This record gives sequence, C-alpha cells and structure tokens, in this order.
Amino acid sequence: MKGGWLKIYALAYLLFLYAPIALLPVFAFNDGTIIAFPLRGFTLEWFAELGRIEALHGAVLNSLVIAVSTAVLATVLGICAARSAARYDYPGKRGVMGFIMLPLVLPEIIVAVSLLVVLLQLGLSLGAWSVILGHVLICTPFSIAILNSAFQNLDRSLEEAAVDLGETPWSTFRLITLPLVMPGIISSLLISFTISLDEFIIAFFLTGAEPTLPVYLWGQLRFPQKIPVVMALGTILVALSILLLTTAEYFRRRGVARAGGKDTGGFL
Amino acid sequence: MTRPIIQLQDVQKYFGDYHALRGINAEIAEGEFFSLLGPSGCGKTTLLRVIAGFEDVSAGRVLIDGKPMEGVPANRRPTNMVFQSYAIFPHLSVAGNVGFGLRRAGLTADEMGRRVDEALEMVGLAGFGRRAAHALSGGQRQRVALARALILKPRVLLLDEPLSALDKKLREQMQVELIKLQRQVGITFILVTHDQEEALVMSDRIAVMFDGEIAQMDDPEILYRRPKSRRVADFIGVMNFLPAEVLSETGDRIEIEVAGLGRAEISADQAPRGGGGQAPSVGFRPETLTILYEGQQANHREARAVVEEVVYYGDMTYYDVRLQGTEKPVRLSMRNVFGREVLPIGTETRIAWSPGALVLFR
Amino acid sequence: MRLAQKIGRMRRTDAASGILLVSPTALYAILLLAAPLATIFAFSFWTQDYLTIDRSWTLANYRTAISEPIYGQLMLRSLWISGAVTASTVVLAFPIAYFVSFHVPPARKSLWIFLITIPFWTSYLIRVFLWKVILGYNGVLNSTLLGLGIIDAPLTFILYNANAVVITLAHAFAPFAILPIFVALEKIDRALLEASRDLGETRVTTFLRVTLPLAMPGVVAAVLIVFIPTIGDYVTPRLVGGPDGLMIANMIQTQFLQLNNAPMGATLAVLAMFIVTLVALIFVGLNRRFLRRQQ
Ligand SMILES: Nc1ncnc2c1ncn2[C@@H]1O[C@H](COP(=O)(O)OP(=O)(O)OP(=O)(O)O)[C@@H](O)[C@H]1O
Ligand SMILES: [Mg+2]
Repeated sequence: MKGGWLKIYALAYLLFLYAPIALLPVFAFNDGTIIAFPLRGFTLEWFAELGRIEALHGAVLNSLVIAVSTAVLATVLGICAARSAARYDYPGKRGVMGFIMLPLVLPEIIVAVSLLVVLLQLGLSLGAWSVILGHVLICTPFSIAILNSAFQNLDRSLEEAAVDLGETPWSTFRLITLPLVMPGIISSLLISFTISLDEFIIAFFLTGAEPTLPVYLWGQLRFPQKIPVVMALGTILVALSILLLTTAEYFRRRGVARAGGKDTGGFL
Repeated sequence: MTRPIIQLQDVQKYFGDYHALRGINAEIAEGEFFSLLGPSGCGKTTLLRVIAGFEDVSAGRVLIDGKPMEGVPANRRPTNMVFQSYAIFPHLSVAGNVGFGLRRAGLTADEMGRRVDEALEMVGLAGFGRRAAHALSGGQRQRVALARALILKPRVLLLDEPLSALDKKLREQMQVELIKLQRQVGITFILVTHDQEEALVMSDRIAVMFDGEIAQMDDPEILYRRPKSRRVADFIGVMNFLPAEVLSETGDRIEIEVAGLGRAEISADQAPRGGGGQAPSVGFRPETLTILYEGQQANHREARAVVEEVVYYGDMTYYDVRLQGTEKPVRLSMRNVFGREVLPIGTETRIAWSPGALVLFR
Repeated sequence: MRLAQKIGRMRRTDAASGILLVSPTALYAILLLAAPLATIFAFSFWTQDYLTIDRSWTLANYRTAISEPIYGQLMLRSLWISGAVTASTVVLAFPIAYFVSFHVPPARKSLWIFLITIPFWTSYLIRVFLWKVILGYNGVLNSTLLGLGIIDAPLTFILYNANAVVITLAHAFAPFAILPIFVALEKIDRALLEASRDLGETRVTTFLRVTLPLAMPGVVAAVLIVFIPTIGDYVTPRLVGGPDGLMIANMIQTQFLQLNNAPMGATLAVLAMFIVTLVALIFVGLNRRFLRRQQ
C-alpha cells in the first residue's frame, strides 16, 4: 500500500504525542499516592480533594480573570492589526507587522524578565494586571495569525457593496465585516484564553502575591504527596482545553466555509 | 439628447505615479444604456468606481444630476452598482441581500417584504427569498445582485462586467433580459465590458477606451461602420486594411487610389480625423465584400482575387482572399445559403465591393 | 481649519487609515516589548551594588560572563541541547508533514493537523511533568520494559540529564516543526512531481531533486521556530534536567529572582539572544547558499 510505512510511523508519532496526556486520567483515578505502575484501584478521592483546597480556588479565579482579560485585549489588538494588514498598504508595514509578531519566536523568559525589570524600575507592584500585560503581548500574534486569514478571505467588494447600498463605513463594519469575521474572532478569543490559562513563565515572573493556576501547580509539584491531586486537576484542564480547542476549530472552519474560502487547516 | 444625468469633466486619476484616467469627458443622458468598452487595464473599472464614489478623482469633476460629487461618499450618491463578483453577502438570505439597502428607508416589515418580492419578481426569482445566498448558481447570484441594486431605484445603475462570469448561453440570455429590464425601469445603465459584441448588442451608446482615454464615443452602428481610428476599428469586429493614396480632395469628396481595388471616390465623413500621422490606409469590414459566382453581376464595383484560406463556420464561411497586386490577403465573409458551394483554396474569383463601405484612415 | 481639512484628507488616504488602525497594536508592542528590551539592553551595561543599581556604563558583566566558566558552559550546553532538540524534532516531523500532505485524503487533512496540534495546547507544565513520570526510575517506561522482561534493571540514563530535556522538548515543539513543513509541502504543485517522473527520475530522486528543495523554506522556518524558543526554555530543564540538564534560562532566572543581580541576568539574556540570532542567521545563510548551489 502506498504510504504504508509512513502511516505506521505517523500513528506511532501520534502515540508519542498523546502518551503523556493519556496518562493523566490513568493516575488521576488511581487509588495510590505514588505515580507509578502497577495501578492500585479506582478512586474519585483526588477529584474530591480539589474541592477542598482553598488556595487552589483562589488561583483558579485569578487565572480566569487574567485569561478572560487577556483574550479580550489581545483579540481587540489583533483585530486592529489584522484588519490594517489585510486592507491597507502603508510604508513600513512589513517591519511593523514583523515586530508585532516577534513574541511568537522570542523566548518567553526574555519577555518575562524584560517586563519585570521595567515594572520594578517604575516602582509598580506586581499583580494580576502585570501578568495580563505580558500575556496580551504573547497572545496578540496568535490572534493576528488567526484573524489575518479571516480578514484576508473577506472579499473587499462585499464592503463596497454595503456602502454602495447606503451604509456608512461604520455600519458596514457592523453589518458585514463583523459577522463575516466573527468565527475568527471567537476562535481568537478561545485560543488566547487557552494560552493565557496555560502560560507559566511570564506568570511566574510577573505575578504578585496571588499565584495563577500554573504558578500554584508549579509549587505543588515539589510535594510528592500532592501529585495525585495535580493529576486530577490536569485531567480537568486537559479536558477543558480540548473542549475549547474543538470549539475554536469549529468556528474557524465555519468561518472559512462561510467566506467561501478553501480550508488550509491548522491554527498557525 | 435629454438632460445629462452624468457629466464627466476632464476626469483624471492617478494611482501613485500611474496615470489610470487621462482626462475623461463625457455626458450620459437620462435613461441611456451606456457602455464602457476597452481592453483589460484601460481604466474601465476605475472610471466606474470614480462615478460610484469608491475612488476620488485626482483632477476634474464628476456631476450627477447636475450636482458636483466632490466630497460625496459612495453611500450618499444616487448610484448603485452590480459588482463583477456580485458581492452577495454570504451570511444573509436572498431576501436579506435584496432588502439590504432598505434598512434606512424606515419601512414596515410588510412593506419591505412587498418591495423585496417585487424586486425578486422583476429579475425572475419570485419565491427565492428564503434561500441562503451561498447556495445560488452564477446566474441566480447575478439576478440577486441586480435586484439588490435596483430596489433602491437609483438614478444610475453601474454594472462592472456583470456577465463575464457566466457561460456563453446564459450570457446571451441575460443580455436580452438586461435590455428588457432597462427599458422597463427606465434607469440609466452604465455597463463595463471588454466584450465588443456584448457592447454592440446592448448599448445605446458606447465609449471605447484605450490607456485611460476615450478613443471614440458613438452609437453602435456608427462605431462599427465609421470607426475613428485603426485602433478602434481593430478592437471592434474584424477590419481589413489596404494601403491607399489620396489623389485629390474637393469639398466633401475625396478621390483615393486603393491597392488591389483601384480608384474610388468617397465622402468626407468616411475619412475621420484624428488617426494621427500614419501612412494612409483604407479599412472595410469582411461582410462588405462579396464573392461573385458565375453569372452574377456586381451592383457596384468589381475586383479580382485568389482564395488563400477557407474557414467554415456552419452558417458562415470566412475566406482569406488576395486581391490582385496586394501583399496581404483580406478577409471576407459569406453566408452559406442553400445551393451555394464553398470555394476551394486556389480558386480565382471575382469580388464585388462598394466605395461607400470604405473608411479612410490617415 | 486648514489643519482639520488636511487631517480630513489624510484620513481618507489608504496609508493613513492603515497606520491609524495598526497604531494601538504597534504602540502596545513598542511600550511593552521594544521599551523593555531596550531597558534590558541598558541594564546589561550596569552593575548591581547590593540593593541599588550602579548606572555607570561598564562592560564588567560581559567580562564576567566570558571569564567565568559556568556561564560559558551553560550557554554551550543550551546551544547543544537546543541544537539536538531542533535536529531531532525536525527530522522526526518531516515524515509526518509529508505523510499528511501527500498521503492523507484532502478532506481528512485538517483533522490530522488538528490532532497534531491538540497536545501542544494542553497544560505545558503538566505535560513536562508527565515526562518525568514516564521517564523516571519507577516510571511508566521502566516498569513496562521491566514487566515485559526486555530489561533487568531500570534505565537511568533517561531522567535528570540532558537526554530527558531533549526528549521532552522534542515532544513539546513537535507541532511547531510539523506545521511550517506541512504548509511548504502543500504549496508544491503536484504536477511538478509528475513532470519529474515523466522526465525519467525515480520516486526517490524526484523527492531529492524536487520535493526536498521546494520544501526547504518550510524546513528552515521549522528549524528557527523550534531552535529560538527552546534556548530560553526554563521549565523543562528544571523538572527533568537534573543538575546536568540546566540551561541558560535557569541561570537568568536565578540571577533575577534569587541572586537579585538583575544586570547580570540582563547580560546573560542579551548574550543568549545575540548568540541565538547569530546562529539563526548563519543557518539561514548556509541554507541559501546550499539552495543556490542546487540550482
Ligand atoms: N487601487 C489601485 N492601485 C494601483 N493601481 C490600480 C488600482 N486600481 C487599478 N489600478 C491600475 O489601473 C489600471 C486600470 O485598471 P482598471 O481596473 O480600471 O482596468 P479595467 O479596464 O477595468 O481592466 P479589466 O478589464 O482587466 O477589468 C490598471 O493598470 C490597474 O493596474
Ligand atoms: Mg475591470
């Protein structure tokens, strides 16, 4: 069969990709404090435990606030940049866009320490807001990447047709542009939310007294007896991420289909 | 001519350094079916977009209904457009598309529904209102685009190559429908096309554009019979050219000597001005030459020729024949009527022609 | 009045609208990226004087960074690990990208790409930690191999060293490598491959002479997009690296948060970025030359 060996390789590779997260639920439901085989038995204890940890709840709430704010801000900034890139030409466009996209390849630790230094120099105290600043910076390029294709697939004559039929530029944006790129916007919100919820390094450097969820987790990883609880938490997080991503992907595809474009696949 | 609805006064348009419109002057009458015809890149779309208000003029003026349009944005001009891609809003239903422009009219839902139904009926899409726009065929999309633009009763309807995306049969059918529709609504139509046949069939008047300029503006028949330059003549239909010499000019009579045809006298209106500087030549259309079969007599003049190439089209046959004493063959067309044989290559034959069909370019 | 008119006209030109629209985002990037990067750069020339910062310009930090072996060692190791991660990730990723692009039916492609990207979006921290679980002394891998009787004693060379870091990072960055290569392969006109076969090339030589050179831009993008961020990775070396697997980012963190020597940390960060950029440029240059020679 054509590509037979390649297919076997590809399936093995998928196994390699999924092996770690496949283990999460295995140990999350395992009735033993040591994370190793053989398994002991089934328990929901670790999930129940999650409900009793006050510090965790604070961290979750903190992370949610940060992730929602980040998603909204990054998407708004992403809309501005993607729209301007898809629709207009101006001198230095490539340079400006390249710079905005830079955090995509910049090591996160560099973003983290440079922001930290500036904030401390300015004498500002750290908190959720400083984490949001950093997260918006790294999420905006992803948002732009998603929205770019949404805005580029938009046939310009659709907007002109609306103006021609008597709408102002602003009502055209509201009635035509926005509905047509809405799937992209939703997908950008979800992706930014997911990235922010997950991000550790920047949060680690820029968080104040109240940790975010990953920072809290990081603290727990040092205590072996806490690991099963972490596994339970991880299971929930992974399930949540997959749900969010599937939704994002659904909207992205619907956007492509609606604009009549061809699906090129993938978020990046 | 009735009152002009559109006046273009020395309209210029630059894109950066590129001079896309080089001084367009035209007046288009109320109720006229006017076409902009020209090769790709000559500025037809640009001119249409200038009228619609999507592009600012670099210099010159556009007046609609006597009012200067400077500073009037597209949404406040009494024009509507049918886009080349149709620009059907994919997230709205057919009715949503057609009724789009009525949003600001402050109509009741009933009234709006009635207007939309009327418009759909007018373009032959009665009952299609609830369909999703993206599920339409090419011809249907084009009708929706028409209905959507006409529902606002614009003073001028602008159409940018509205038929170019359709296949030949459908295109010809839509041409006829468009003409009927225009007569019915009485709105001025300005049609952009690069298809000369389409322009000839549909228009009251045609402006032929080259390189951002109007080369000739006339009704279809004059444009075809009396093109002002070789370039226009070449662009519209087929035209044969033969070298010629002007012997004398008296009043409105011109005496010329044409290679292969001999001496002829033509009237001054057969010798348009503005060809510019080339060696004089004479042009004539293929159908103005006729092969004389045995026993037939010429009504006008006769010449001798040899058949060099035969192209059979079913209803017509095109012959490339070489006139005595010329270097290049000329093309003539004959209708294939019953009982008339197709001549083989190499046949020597007599040709009938008429001085009245000649155009002198100089 | 005149000014208002002028601005009004400006607003209508395309360039002005574009700049106006991009400016919030650009401004954000300038304030929160360019300015901080510039600050870090400035810091690298200052020194820490107990609790205050001595702002006289000096190259002292750079001298320390070069003379003290620990920094050079960490930097070299980081480069080495990043290089190994990049090489293994890209080499392992290419066949996947090729498979999805050439052997998966078009309708199923985006499903495959989606499947490949999903693990990338799930909690990074937990994923890295899970590798510790898999690779550990009593880990999943060892207990499975022991159970199957393939080995007698647990393998120890796979945790708390550079190997573990390479495996974990190669896993984490897999989608980053697959996607650019996939995009490049997708762009190849399939008729080119048929033309090559038609001109007498075999399947293999067609791959070498047509497919690979055309996929090269994707491979280069994959290399850069994996290499650059891995140099700065902090979590993986800390969790699975052990003392021999620590990288430059861990030292930067230590300087900033534990030793409270921000200028030294800044110097290391600047050096790391400088070296990464240099390596990346050299790589891109070599690749260009290679492709030109191919022609
Ligand atoms: N926005 C623009 N910026 C720069 N140049 C443009 C722009 N729009 C049109 N042009 C140029 O102006 C010239 C005329 O373009 P236009 O679209 O009016 O041609 P056209 O006659 O409609 O051709 P076609 O038959 O191909 O549609 C072309 O050379 C085109 O490249
Ligand atoms: Mg055009």
